[in-house]
Amino acid sequence: MKLFDSAFGIHQQALDLRGQQMEIIARNIANSDTPHFKARDLDFKAVLNETQSGHSLKTTQSMHIKSASSMGQGDLVYTIPYNTSADGNTVELSVEQAKYGKAAAEYQATLRFLEGSMSGVRKALRGD
Amino acid sequence: MSISNIFGIAGTALNAQMVRMNTTASNMANASTIASSPEDAYKAKRPVFEALLTEAQTNAGAAHVGGVKVSGMADDTTPHRRIHDPGNPKADEEGFIYLSNVEEVTEMVDMMSSARSYQNNVEVINTARELMMRTLDLTKV
Repeated sequence: MKLFDSAFGIHQQALDLRGQQMEIIARNIANSDTPHFKARDLDFKAVLNETQSGHSLKTTQSMHIKSASSMGQGDLVYTIPYNTSADGNTVELSVEQAKYGKAAAEYQATLRFLEGSMSGVRKALRGD
Repeated sequence: MSISNIFGIAGTALNAQMVRMNTTASNMANASTIASSPEDAYKAKRPVFEALLTEAQTNAGAAHVGGVKVSGMADDTTPHRRIHDPGNPKADEEGFIYLSNVEEVTEMVDMMSSARSYQNNVEVINTARELMMRTLDLTKV
């Protein structure tokens, strides 16, 4: 269905990525007391560009090995901490909390956009 | 589903912080334990946290990949204080008893730190749950 493919636009992929980003920040917060743990983050722009343009290895067989990024591993970047810590942990709790809040807000924003386009489609289907 | 993974990840953290708080409770309870030799004296326990990242630690696709676990317990190596108390039933032949090396102030600070981390992870779960419910609301007319 062409209508539904384009109706929700970028927001379908964006919602998925926002969720993924929240998961990665949740990992950082869970490991805020783990020695030598390195905080990571998702390079949102790079991943979204990739999903949009489809620049990934083409696989013609289901057994072909996918590239790291298409398995959701390759686009993780290590965050650079503002301060150093004695145990080699690079998670800064307040920074991660702020990031988590931002990601949650952005997730809600994407949801709102989806709600909007959904009610549009609904209106078109109902025809009133 | 990445949002639902958050519950697993934060759950492992709650678990680990709870172990840490239990260890603190155990240390505090044994703060005034005495023994007749430094080997037998109570040593403060410290949980060692480790990230759950490798394939061997988690089943592939498990909801808690990237979480945390307590990989072991380490003994505090601070030397024990000994006091001369010949009347004590635990005193050795020279009349010395050995105190535990638990530092109450350190334990209190550690307890506050783990309580804060616990609260943080509860908050993470709350936010994720809220967003999940809002996503479900998309299906409402």
